Amino acid sequence: MSIHSGDIFVAVDGSPVTPQLCEYAAWLFNSINQPVHLLHSVERSFAPAVADLSGQIGLGASEDLLNELASVEQKRSQLLLQRAAKILQHCKTLMQNAGVKHVELHSRHGDLAESLIDFEDQIRVLILGIKGEDHAEEEAGVGHQLEKVIRALHRPILIVNDEFKTPENIMLAYDGGEASKKALQMVIESPALNSRYCHLVAVGESKEAVINDASEMLKSSGIEYRAKILKGELLQSLIDYQEQHQIDLTVMGAFGHSKIRDFLVGSFTAKMIATTRKPLLLLR
Amino acid sequence: MLLHSTKADWFGNVRGDILAGLVVALALIPEAIAFSIIAGVDPKVGLYASFCIAVVIAFVGGRPGMISAATGAMALVMVTLVKEHGLQYLLAATLLTGGLQILAGYLKLGSLMSFVSRSVVTGFVNALAILIFMAQLPELTNVTWHVYAMTAAGLGIIYLFPYLPLIGKVIPSPLVCILACTAFAMIIGLDIRTVGDMGELPDTLPIFLFPDIPLTWQTLEIIFPYSVALAVVGLLESLMTATIVDDLTDTSSDKNRECKGQGIANIGAGLLGGMAGCAMIGQSVINVKSGGRGRLSTLVAGSVLLVLVVFLNEWVAQIPMAALVAVMIMVSIGTFDWRSIRNLREYPLSTNIVMLSTVAVVVYTHNLAYGVLVGVLFAALFFANKVSHFMYVEKLMNDDLSERKYVFHGQVFFNSASKFLAQFDFKEAVPKVVIDLSKAHFWDITAVHSLDTAVIKFRREGAEVEVVGLNEATETIIDRFGVHDKPEQIAKVLGEHS
Repeated sequence: MSIHSGDIFVAVDGSPVTPQLCEYAAWLFNSINQPVHLLHSVERSFAPAVADLSGQIGLGASEDLLNELASVEQKRSQLLLQRAAKILQHCKTLMQNAGVKHVELHSRHGDLAESLIDFEDQIRVLILGIKGEDHAEEEAGVGHQLEKVIRALHRPILIVNDEFKTPENIMLAYDGGEASKKALQMVIESPALNSRYCHLVAVGESKEAVINDASEMLKSSGIEYRAKILKGELLQSLIDYQEQHQIDLTVMGAFGHSKIRDFLVGSFTAKMIATTRKPLLLLR
Repeated sequence: MLLHSTKADWFGNVRGDILAGLVVALALIPEAIAFSIIAGVDPKVGLYASFCIAVVIAFVGGRPGMISAATGAMALVMVTLVKEHGLQYLLAATLLTGGLQILAGYLKLGSLMSFVSRSVVTGFVNALAILIFMAQLPELTNVTWHVYAMTAAGLGIIYLFPYLPLIGKVIPSPLVCILACTAFAMIIGLDIRTVGDMGELPDTLPIFLFPDIPLTWQTLEIIFPYSVALAVVGLLESLMTATIVDDLTDTSSDKNRECKGQGIANIGAGLLGGMAGCAMIGQSVINVKSGGRGRLSTLVAGSVLLVLVVFLNEWVAQIPMAALVAVMIMVSIGTFDWRSIRNLREYPLSTNIVMLSTVAVVVYTHNLAYGVLVGVLFAALFFANKVSHFMYVEKLMNDDLSERKYVFHGQVFFNSASKFLAQFDFKEAVPKVVIDLSKAHFWDITAVHSLDTAVIKFRREGAEVEVVGLNEATETIIDRFGVHDKPEQIAKVLGEHS
């Protein structure tokens, strides 16, 4: 499927960055003019609702237990559904105030990654907050859902972690890998990105050749850019560059390696997500 | 794939799983001992089996949170094998059972469960409860009044202890029953039968051993029929229990993986000197009720069971049989589907016959597989009978009485074929007969055959016969009639009946 079909999806869960998610969605709507879908996943807790350690089963034990579990969980779920409706309505109002006419609301049971996979074919870009509401207070760290979603979904994902600012300066973190080539293509083709000033950045001397190729492509597409090869540690040099050049949005490939390798040496993408203070657009 | 599980399957509910696993382990000990006694083997055979099956299934099972161990259903099937050929043949049969179950898993026979109707499941559960209860009766016949008193007291403790404030919901009442009865019997010095009298208890960890049997054709002839019955009963109870746990926890399970898992667990049990087992309805309900949801609960139950039994075997040997009987009566009461008795008045007769015949056959043969077979058979016959009513015919005559037309609507198959044939009036003298089948469905060759019969009969009477719409009618005969996923196709074929 081409990267230019599908709609804008926003995963809203009521976390503190929710209004910013809506602002970015409105910005994208104005650039690419696709309907916006607000998706809320209603996650039931895995923890049992009933725990009776008496180890005794009497008349109709299984049936009674089923009824008891059903009624307790019904109450729990009803609260979650009410909350879901409230969050979605609130976001819809925000979207409409920002001038987005076409908004669709979805409320789905199950975890976020599962719900998103069901919609995958309709998604052009997904907008996601950096941390789910459960984790709002935790110190820098990747939200528990985030990595699962990024790994599961093969669509561009915009990760929002800050106040909204219309992206003027974008940074393309480029290493010549498959995913980063997609990122380059995205910068060239997307109406939301190709009219911005692009900082093409790679880390390490060895990247000279790849960066020259990428520069050629940007140049021939008529995009304003500057290319730069940074020295030093990968993550820190990118973060420093972001700050020095007032980068509003970083575009990069994500999770190029297998889960097992990342488990052993740590994933760069996860570290980047945890460290950066600016929104990230990830491509798989 | 067989070892693949998500982190949530294992560690999604650690506290709940560990607590529930402990409760289940304590409840498994009396059951494993009781079922060994039913099967006629030493208690250690059932205890090793319960340990091994629970631990293995925690990893390879398809239904997290379900408890599998040595069970009454399986014990009942193996009684004669043990009596006639001894323990070693039982262990060999257990290995073969495991092999057959793995095969069933790969052949995806788990999906055959859809033929087992609700009434058959109810019949199975009720029969199982009755058999567990009946198996306790030998312990209650020809004994002194002490045993009756102790059993009654035990039941009292089991059912009343949970009502105590604070501790009632925290300490498993069957455990309290066993501790109280054992302590009482030891202090008073009662001379009643104890677990130690019933055979050997485990005093070491189980050891890996291949059954000591001659590997001959004759051996296979002895064990094969038992293995088939064990495999069938084990899978039936496991898959039914999986459905119950699915319902209770509102999650789904992988039934074919469960088949393979049961097979692997049984092979493990056979090699460690344990008897064949399967999932347990009562224990699984206890597990869910105690807050167990993940694989960890099953693992904890199995390992704690073994540790307790090996280190406390001298104490376990002192448990009076009366206390065990009380626990087993509780299990039997908890397993029985009491609502099904109330439902007898409301449900149609055919449903009741299916349920009751399942129970009757099991109680008579002591083999749950036969009961299920009979139940499924009855259910299928009743269904065929009901569907055969969905057929009628319009008889039309043209104005000059020269042409009789039969327009058939509905389902024609083996059971309605004679009714189909009876619709024709062969005595009627007409020069031409038209049989319009475009609104009927022929499901099998019997239907086609009775059509041929009718055509020939009419021709013999001198009529010219024309059959209309035969091709549409017979579209449903093809075995793999591959339209099941296309609603518009089904609507076309079955247009008359939607």
